Amino acid sequence: MDFLSKNLPYLLAGISVGGQYALIAIGYTMVYGILRLINFAHGDIFMVAGLVMVYSTTILPLYISIPLTIIVTVILGMSIEKIAYKPLRNSPRMSVMISAIGVSYLLQNLALYITGGLAQVYPTIPFISSPITIGPATTKVVTILTPFLMIVLVIALMQLINHTKIGMAMRSVSTDFETSRLMGINVNNVISMTFIIGSFLAAIGSLLYFSNYPSVIPTSGAMPGLKAFVAAVFGGIGSIPGAVIGAMLIGIVENLIKGVGWTTFSDAFTFVLLILVLLFKPTGLFGEAATDKV
Amino acid sequence: MSDKNKNVASTGNTVGKVTSAGGPGFGNKREEGLSGKVLLKVDGLKVSYGGIEAVRGISFDVPEGEIVTLIGANGAGKSSTLRAIVGLEKAAGGTITFNGAELTSMGTEQIVKNGITLVPEGRRVFVNLSVYENLRMGAYLRKDDLSADLEWVYSLFPRLKERHWQAAGTLSGGEQQMLAIARALMSRPQMIMMDEPSLGLAPIIVQEVFDIIREINRQGMTILLVEQNANMALKAADKGYVMETGRITLNGTGMELAENDEVKEAYLGKSHK
Repeated sequence: MDFLSKNLPYLLAGISVGGQYALIAIGYTMVYGILRLINFAHGDIFMVAGLVMVYSTTILPLYISIPLTIIVTVILGMSIEKIAYKPLRNSPRMSVMISAIGVSYLLQNLALYITGGLAQVYPTIPFISSPITIGPATTKVVTILTPFLMIVLVIALMQLINHTKIGMAMRSVSTDFETSRLMGINVNNVISMTFIIGSFLAAIGSLLYFSNYPSVIPTSGAMPGLKAFVAAVFGGIGSIPGAVIGAMLIGIVENLIKGVGWTTFSDAFTFVLLILVLLFKPTGLFGEAATDKV
Repeated sequence: MSDKNKNVASTGNTVGKVTSAGGPGFGNKREEGLSGKVLLKVDGLKVSYGGIEAVRGISFDVPEGEIVTLIGANGAGKSSTLRAIVGLEKAAGGTITFNGAELTSMGTEQIVKNGITLVPEGRRVFVNLSVYENLRMGAYLRKDDLSADLEWVYSLFPRLKERHWQAAGTLSGGEQQMLAIARALMSRPQMIMMDEPSLGLAPIIVQEVFDIIREINRQGMTILLVEQNANMALKAADKGYVMETGRITLNGTGMELAENDEVKEAYLGKSHK
């Protein structure tokens, strides 16, 4: 009982952060599934969503700035694909990856320029920022809300992918671009759709994540982005359930490590995990077997 | 079943001697009269890859309701021709006219919308999708009811119906080829192009594939067939073109070509009697 009451806050925080990582990780894993590209700019898209929220709430009421943040983030994700990745569609994969790294730095430096390097105070969203007491733990509503919202979104996404025509097209495109084109599928639209979904989820993740933190800085997206990326690799990149499970695990373990007083090592855990996965099971928990397409 | 089928349905330009047993024989054509209308007209088509011309200005016609075949050795430019027609490669020159529409400036999606479909070389079914989903993908551009056409392709390929919910990746090579053809039919094309449908299949399956090709043609489908298995292709075809290093060197009816000495020597094996 004593153990539980001591660790419950950390466990709750872990589940919540895990849910937020999951929302980011899905963006990584879906883009990889279709383009075989690690979208290194994804974490920064998440950060930009935070800044858009900061700036839009200074002049607009919340009920406008929240949807606006989501829309701007989606447009940003889509535009990045059109501008930085699409022209490189037939280039070696390495070129696209370098382009992604370039976009990542571009976004960080733009944010630095716009914010002047000052931490921007994240607005308080009523209700989800209000405190709530669960047994011995006091936390914010957002902590409890995150895992549920994440699960609802993931179920909706799985329905879309497994039971709709566009979902079928996404699965087709992920196996074979050319044959998909022969079916009359507009591959570029399907790719755009993937970026729309990924950015949408990153925007939601950003709203939840930053509600737990006081401020946004230009590098705010880097660490959650990296961790979500590790989660996607751990779960088996390309697999959505894998990304969710990986993210939850990383979120929870990280916070439990903080709970026992080893806060310094909580980030290290994530990256040691990455090394171990790459060494012993590079395809991750649910990754596709490394067979070549016939 | 045939006993002395000695078939080399594989790579290389030495096509073995094939004695097909059963199945419709030579020149077994549709009963109804052919319209004679040219559906696809290729004129001076050139395709190049990084400066190397794979197709060097070829011209041929595909009349409505017929089976036309392009035969030739590996690297003759047959596949490139099909890929250019369906817009997967950009034509470097010449025109492709289908039903009066000029295709060379269109994207693949539009060309498919215009009623052409390609059964790609190597089948390329979507291995992670079920048989049923593959068929749905074939009908991707259609917004009408698919049930009648599903029934139709399942009647052509009963084995696909048995494997309705199975992932396409679990099918055998022959079944995957059937699925690839069925998937193409689901788009309700006016013309179906097939790239090496017999490649890598057992002789008995090759025979089945050709029976199906004849059957769908008998039901009115125009077919442009590319094959290295020249014997089978020429037997099935109304008209044939022989391609060599990017040029058409010979043409004639399927039967004429099958009996042509040069063709016999080059593609049907010297010992052909």
